[in-house]
Amino acid sequence: MKIRLLKDKVIGTGMLALSVLSVSLVLLIGIGLYLRSLPILQQYSVWELVTSSSWRPMKGEFGFFPFIMGTLWVTGMSILIAVPLCLFTAIYLSEYAPASFKRFFLPLVNMLAGIPPVIYGVWGVFFIIPIVQRYIAPHFVEFSTGYTVLAGGIVLAVMIFPLIVSIVVEVLSTIPKELREASLSLGATKWETVKKVILRKAFPGIFAAIVLAISRAFGETIAVLMVCGNVPIAPQSIFDPAYPLPALLANNFGEMMSVPLYDSALMFSAFALLIIILIFNIISRAILQKIEIRNA
Amino acid sequence: MRRRKLEEWIAKALMLFSTAFVGICLFLIIGTVVVKGLPYLDWDMVTKIPDGGYYFGRSGGMLNAIIGSLYVAGGATVLGMCISIPVALYLNVYLKKSNAFARFAKLAFDVLFGVPSIVYGAFAFSLMVYLGVRASLLGGIIAVTLLVIPIMVRTLDEVITNVPKDLKEATLAMGATRWEMAKVYLLQIKTGILTAVLLAFGRGVGDVAAVMFTAGFSDNIPVSLHEPAATLPLAIFFQLGSPIPEVQGRAYASALILTVCILIIVSVSTILTNKKRK
Amino acid sequence: MTQTPHIGVKNLNVRIGDSHLLKDININIPDKSVTSIIGPSGCGKTTLLKSFNRLLDDIPGVNITGNVLVDGEDIYGKHADVTQIRKKMGLLAQRPFPLPMSIYDNIAYGPRIHGAPSKKELNALVEHYLKAVGLWEEVKGRLHGSASSLSIGQQQRLCLARGLAVEPEIILGDESTSALDPISTKIIEDLIIQLKEKYTIVLVTHILRQARRVSDYIIFVYMGEIIEFGPTEEILLNPKEKLTKEYVKGFIS
Ligand SMILES: Nc1ncnc2c1ncn2[C@@H]1O[C@H](COP(=O)(O)OP(=O)(O)OP(=O)(O)O)[C@@H](O)[C@H]1O
Ligand SMILES: [Mg+2]
Repeated sequence: MKIRLLKDKVIGTGMLALSVLSVSLVLLIGIGLYLRSLPILQQYSVWELVTSSSWRPMKGEFGFFPFIMGTLWVTGMSILIAVPLCLFTAIYLSEYAPASFKRFFLPLVNMLAGIPPVIYGVWGVFFIIPIVQRYIAPHFVEFSTGYTVLAGGIVLAVMIFPLIVSIVVEVLSTIPKELREASLSLGATKWETVKKVILRKAFPGIFAAIVLAISRAFGETIAVLMVCGNVPIAPQSIFDPAYPLPALLANNFGEMMSVPLYDSALMFSAFALLIIILIFNIISRAILQKIEIRNA
Repeated sequence: MRRRKLEEWIAKALMLFSTAFVGICLFLIIGTVVVKGLPYLDWDMVTKIPDGGYYFGRSGGMLNAIIGSLYVAGGATVLGMCISIPVALYLNVYLKKSNAFARFAKLAFDVLFGVPSIVYGAFAFSLMVYLGVRASLLGGIIAVTLLVIPIMVRTLDEVITNVPKDLKEATLAMGATRWEMAKVYLLQIKTGILTAVLLAFGRGVGDVAAVMFTAGFSDNIPVSLHEPAATLPLAIFFQLGSPIPEVQGRAYASALILTVCILIIVSVSTILTNKKRK
Repeated sequence: MTQTPHIGVKNLNVRIGDSHLLKDININIPDKSVTSIIGPSGCGKTTLLKSFNRLLDDIPGVNITGNVLVDGEDIYGKHADVTQIRKKMGLLAQRPFPLPMSIYDNIAYGPRIHGAPSKKELNALVEHYLKAVGLWEEVKGRLHGSASSLSIGQQQRLCLARGLAVEPEIILGDESTSALDPISTKIIEDLIIQLKEKYTIVLVTHILRQARRVSDYIIFVYMGEIIEFGPTEEILLNPKEKLTKEYVKGFIS
């Protein structure tokens, strides 16, 4: 009897230790990256680093503004493209589509959610870049290589399609059919029911899906690295190239030890990514709680 | 009335367009990889390691990268399992639902889930510099382990919450200790564990950003944890950047191999989950 | 029947996939009265009720043949306008399902959809229908609060008011009191009796005493078929069919 209880205790303590350790990973990562970016933080203020546009590591100039803007442009673009398309698709699948189509389409979407980003990058290079270069950009600008914010946005958008569609379909399927019937029996059309009742009820879930999609797009590295052009100048339009933060980090890792402060600057960019994601998560969680209370 | 009908009609048209668009894009991805990759696919690719000058278009294969990816993803999945199963059990079975630490931990894993893989890579790299470990199989495994822990914990968490509550009450009523109850749970969530494993493995095989600086790259199949290891996605990335058409073609062929692997993994896990649901 | 029929059902058959849920239904539901549908669980009461306002349309694999005439018009006819048909009938479900919006907007939802009444008209409408279900005094101070903050009984009355606000002719209720406490049930029952002055009411219920309290006519359904239809007293006290007799005595359930 005693042995059983002892075993329970010992194993419990072990599990607790593991849990505490893995939970504190957020903190550990934060501290680790912060320590590594200390050298550059001692030389420049955060404000300087974030607002300066000049990136000349050899001369000791480390301005992250172009990269931050690049990240925001590309992420924003992808969300702008993906959210409306995915919402309409998810609504179609859950409210309108014949059951047979749904049975065929949804597993396919779920499967594609597992395809690694590098494949989306490959597709972007082969398919999207030439389209942007030859057919889209010439209508708006004189010259474009195709490696632009737009291309990055499209590739990221397609990458997050499966994610958003599958979550939103799941969310819509949790809405009781009686709620639909209540609206329909008042003489509302199907679309009115969707627009005024279902989307409203599903809003917290949809919001959460979009938050997840934004984090995914925001931190994506290899796919954007392959299609954004990587020019360290803040983009002014969707036909300019961009150089998102993760791409900066990935592109320069090889040589970072050979230039003073360079490794610290790159670690700072990882630290910045982490902080932005954390803040974004906290804010969206707070908003979500507000909505859920209001919607309850 | 006319306006309402028109609105309904427009909405439907938009939905059909969106669905077609999304469907076609996803279809095109698979299509591109298959059409471009198939002509370059041969047995050498999956059975040989690169000969000298492989990246300039000479003969050889990608076996080093395939094995490397399997090692990295496999090692990370095993390590991840050793950590995430106890953690998920502890949070759900040992602790009460209302427990403050359990709630905080779930929140932390949600946050970790959203942390980009490149951040894990950078952190693992810093850790390696600190510990004096060079870019190697071990480094890659550590980075990917960090990446898959939140994925596995979250998946298991969901699986465990779906176990009927009666089970907990029934086993506790029989006078079982929490550890004995945890073992009962472990049996109940066997398929769930497999799903989590497949999910983590798929993620590990496909990820580039975490292994980029931690695993290194090598033309040989690593024989120890301290040797650098090539990974398939990274090999695709390198080859696609080459100006030589032959090498680019191999990038597509490698992409095809990777896609097929992932699709098999995902299909198996989907089938398993569906079976469990029924 | 002494009264003119409001809903006429002719040879209605409903199948979902391979199962034949309603078989050759023929019935005339009288105007301005309460008709209860009774029968054992799973016999098709809900299905019958939903066939009246075409809520079965969206079920995958459904096949409906026959006619349902409302005011002499076939609602399954080629030119029937589903939204107009549904507007004619209010539905009161088993549990209250308030729309995810404020109390005020719940009532205003229907009128807003079917036209754009002015703010003043809407205010008057909301007040009128909340009063009609006796909810006005209880909620007038928090019209713009969330509807889900009401008690279940209040929510059900809100749903009734919401249905009345589109000015239907018919009210369909599917075990509308089964989730309510006795007091709320009594309030709803009293409302139903009061409303039959103006509306044709069809209720599904499995409580025979409730059917007796509120209804003028009773339809007894068994395994997808109508076994007997007649005035309440007759069905409950003096049924003609053997099955009805057994059900009423509580032998079948
Ligand atoms: N969507 C559906 N697909 C297949 N069968 C269905 C569907 N909906 C209902 N049924 C079946 O139709 C039969 C009648 O269902 P219905 O809901 O009309 O019964 P009911 O008389 O209202 O029962 P209860 O008193 O339990 O509410 C049942 O056997 C049910 O299983
Ligand atoms: Mg029913």
